[in-house]
Formats: sequence, C-alpha cells, structure tokens
Amino acid sequence: MTSREIVIQNKIGLHARPASLLIQQAKQYKSNVMLEKGGVMADLNSIVSLLKMRVKYGDIVILHADGPDEDSALRDLVKLIDSKFGEE
Amino acid sequence: MKTLFGIGVTNAIAIGTARIIEREAFSTAESSSDVNTEHEITRIHAALEKSRAQILEIIETTDQLNVDIIKTQLDLLDDPSFNKEPIYLIQNHKISAEEAINQITDELYQTFQGFDDDPYIKERATDIKDIGHRILANLTGKDIGFTNLLRENSIVIAYDLVPSQTAQLDRSKIRGLITQVGGTTSHTSIMAKAMGIAAVVGCFDILKHVKNGDTVIVDSKKGEVIISPEEDDYKKYLELKKEYESDLEAVEKFNHIKLQRQDGSPVYVAANIGNTAEAITAKKNGADGIGLFRTEFLFMNRSSLPSEEEQFAAYKEVAEIFADAPVIIRTLDIGGDKDLSYLALPHEDNPYLGVRAIRLCLKYKDMFKEQLCAILRASAFGNLKIMFPMISCLDELNEAKELLNACEYTLDQRGVSYNKSIEVGIMVEIPAVAMAADEFTKSVDFFSIGTNDLTQYALAVDRGNPALSALFSYFHPGVLRLIENTISAAHKAGIPCYMCGEMASDKKAIALLSDYGLDEFSVSIDAIGRVKKIIASQKDIRIQ
Repeated sequence: MTSREIVIQNKIGLHARPASLLIQQAKQYKSNVMLEKGGVMADLNSIVSLLKMRVKYGDIVILHADGPDEDSALRDLVKLIDSKFGEE
Repeated sequence: MKTLFGIGVTNAIAIGTARIIEREAFSTAESSSDVNTEHEITRIHAALEKSRAQILEIIETTDQLNVDIIKTQLDLLDDPSFNKEPIYLIQNHKISAEEAINQITDELYQTFQGFDDDPYIKERATDIKDIGHRILANLTGKDIGFTNLLRENSIVIAYDLVPSQTAQLDRSKIRGLITQVGGTTSHTSIMAKAMGIAAVVGCFDILKHVKNGDTVIVDSKKGEVIISPEEDDYKKYLELKKEYESDLEAVEKFNHIKLQRQDGSPVYVAANIGNTAEAITAKKNGADGIGLFRTEFLFMNRSSLPSEEEQFAAYKEVAEIFADAPVIIRTLDIGGDKDLSYLALPHEDNPYLGVRAIRLCLKYKDMFKEQLCAILRASAFGNLKIMFPMISCLDELNEAKELLNACEYTLDQRGVSYNKSIEVGIMVEIPAVAMAADEFTKSVDFFSIGTNDLTQYALAVDRGNPALSALFSYFHPGVLRLIENTISAAHKAGIPCYMCGEMASDKKAIALLSDYGLDEFSVSIDAIGRVKKIIASQKDIRIQ
C-alpha cells in the first residue's frame, strides 16, 4: 500500500463536482483507493462516503492506494487534486 | 386576481402562462411475510439498471447546465449504498426491495439534510431523494417518463422540483419557476440563478390557487406571484419587465467601459467589497478597481486576532486579482457594537460615537501595526492604497502615519519589500472634517467620502432607526454642501476625491456628484454596469 498526504485547494472543497471527478478517476484502477481525513476513512468507490466527509478548503487529507497499480493510481489522483479539478 | 408571497430568488420579472408539473406519487405495498430474497435481489438489480439507462438518456437529451447537475445521480447509482446495501438488507432482514430502497433513501436523505453548515453538500439530499424516487418507480413499474410539453412563455409551477424533472423540461420555453416549498438553496433556486430567470420558492399555497393556463406574473425581486392579474397590474409589470431587461442588456454593454470627462480626466467606477471572494466578482463585473476593501471580515467571528500572515494572504490575493488597478484597503473599522471577544472592549453607552475605527487602532497599536505591516507587504503585489476610517483631526492622522512609518522601518529591517510610495488617504465621514477639508488635503493622497456615516452624523440621525428613516437623506442641503466642499477642497489641492457610500450608486444622486467633479464612484459589485451607464449619459462625460 502507498500513501500520500495532500492539501485541498478548492475554494468550496470537495463538493459534488470535484467529488464526482475523484470517484470517476479512482474507478479506473484495479487498486482499492481510500481517502483519510482526521483518522476517518472513505472508500473512493462511494461518493456518499466521500461527500459525508465534507472535505473543505485547506483540509489535509491522506490518499491510500492498495493494489497492483497503486503507484500510478496515487500519482494520477494527486495530479487531479493538485489541479484543483479545473476550478478557478 | 390573487397575489401570493414567497422567497424571491433573482431580480428578474416574468409574465407567462402557468404550467403545473405534478410528481407521480405511488404507494409501495407492505412486505408480505415470506419474501423471496433472491427474487427481490433480482428486482433491485433490474430497477438500478433501468434507472441508470434513464439517467443516461436524460443526459443525452438535456443541456450542459443540467448534465452537470444530474451526473451526481450516476455516481449515486454506483454507490455501495444503493447497489450493495439494499442486497444486504434484503438478505439479512428479509424485507422487500421497495422497503430496502425506502429505508436507505430516507436514512441518507436525513443525513445529508443535517449538513446545515455545508450547503453544497446538503444539496445532495435532493439528488438522493430524486434517485431514490426513480428506483422505487422502476421497482413498482410506474412510468415516470416525462411527457410534459411546455408552451412558449411557461411559468413552471410545482410543489417542489428535482433535478431529473428540470433536466427534462425544455429550457427555452421556461420564463419562470414557482415552487410551493423550498428556500434559497433548493434545487429550484439553483436552477433559476443559473438560468437567470424569475423564480419564487416557498410560495405557500400556490397549488391551491393556480391552474394550468392562468396568466401569472412572477416578481422575483419582491418574492411576489400574481395570478390572473388585472389590466393595470399587467401593464405595470409589462413596463417593469421591459425596464429590467433593458437594464440587464445595458449592464452587460457597460460593465467594462472606461469613462472620462471632456478634459480627459478619468472617472472611475470601483467596487466596495467585504471579502476576497467578492474581489473576483468585482473584477468580472468590470470594476475599475476597489474603492473600499472592508477588512472587518478578518477580525470578526473568531476567537483570536488574525495574524499578520493571515491578513497578508488576504490583501495579497486581492492585490493580485486587480494587478495595476488600485485597491483601497480600509484599516479596521469596528467598535464596541460588534463582538470582538478577544479584545475585551469596555462597555460604552454610545459605541457609535466611541472608541472605534481609527481610535480603537490607535489604542491597540500592536494590532494596528500588524495590519499595516500586512498591507505594506501585500503592496509589493499590486496597486494598494491605505485608507483610515473615522479620522476626526490632524493629530489622529499624524499618529497613524507615524505608526505606518514605524512599520516601514520594521519591514526594512526584515529585508521585506513593499511599495515605498504607497498612497495614504482618509475616509471623510465626520462633518467637521468635511467642513474643514482644506486642512487635511496636504496630509493625504486622496479623500473618500463615506456618505452613510457622514449623513447620520451631520443630521443627528441614527441610520439604523426605522422611526427616523424619513429624516435620513443625503440630499439635505447641509449634507450636499459638506460633500461639495470636500470635493472642491481636494481638487484645489490637486488630490482626487472618491466616494464609497450608498449615495454613489443612487440614480438620483449621480448627476449631481458628477457635476461636483467626483473622481471615483465606488459601489456594490452588482451595481457597476448600471452606474457606469448612468454616468455615461451625463453631459460632461464620454466613453474612452
């Protein structure tokens, strides 16, 4: 399993659109991808668990990927988050 | 004729024909005692598949705005809550597919409805209700395919509207939306704002009084709905609607123009903002700069002073958004009437005439210097100017400027760069200062007239007191003379005079202010185009 810490820079956090983009991206990998915030885990195959986390601007979260393609999964997801999901 | 009230969502006005959208209601049978779990599981899978196909079809046939909104429902269908959880419930609790979906939908809906502090996430409750309803309909075999055809100029009326409904309506035929329930963050409001059309939500009893085909006026600004209006109301609203539409058109044309007088001197229309987010809108709406950046937001609703770093980040952000265009930052303008718990301000009988604004800052010098240092540091990133509020005498101004010098020295020691020739001005809001304006012109780079406070101090009227609203008027000759004197004293001394009070955006005042020679009108972010348009029509003004 690999993990990466990352800061959320979207002004209104992971609301519907970025959450949806994150979930869509995570689906592409064989690995199981999770997002951790404050010790709580959300499975990135579930938009409900991600939305329930209410990830906001400035939150520090940890991405975990576990599986054969975990490195590329993490790399791509980090890139997506860093790009602020194309907002602003 | 019947007039009903609700919450107006936009400023638009619509006149059209009522078209009532009903939501298919259906009851779900109670679970019988022997539930065939395998059968129920098959039914769930089929219903989910069908729902997915329907959503995809809606996405195919609707416009981009609705696509973005409704895509979340595809994610929901893939969510374990909807495709694994029901199976688990059916197997372990031996309930029917309908009961399983009902349970899950209700639970999720309640959870999301509870996220009051996060409106963007809370909105998803509507999507959950919407998709839950769809799965249920597919389970019970009800056809919730939409055949509601709309005619031109339709005012769509419903108890409530969900994304999958609005996604299937022909947008080009909708002039207005009315729902019996809902508030400013409900789906209907979001759609109305995005479409820029008239909408009234939370319109109690609308369904009881309106029928299909009725002529309906939707006054979104007032939050009023008139069913089957009388002749005069109809005519009046036709006029208002025309005015609103021409304003809108004009505003778009005028937002980005630059104005000047016959002699070539520029006339600016800037924006008043209260936080960094508004700066972006101000720029988008064509503001020539920021005439008033209120900094109180950094100090309020918190339990400790904002750090220099925090303030620096906010000032820098706005400086960068406006680049070369000037941004006037007003130092902390607050007093005992607001709750700054971390300062433990002593009680005052009359906080409005008390230790507030610059007086407070000169008392809490360390706090003031932190703000000044933050502004100076940010000045390296744009075109910032500093403005002191509520200055009443030269001593205060000089003391403030000395503290600014001290900050410059500190930054020099730290080796931090800043704009060494940053402009410093004062708000002219105390009548004695307006009267003796010429005494202050040599010590500042500009004046900015704060008409709200100037008027209340000059007329001895509390502007927040409704009993006195008839007396509060900046057209009082006394107030006008104060304003005129300020502008003329400024120009005699070769410095510009700006205005950041409400008077600057008042249609009835602009001609006068323009005549007085006001150099900058700083107004709220939505008034920029409108004000530019009015100024442009003044005899002495032309468009660059």
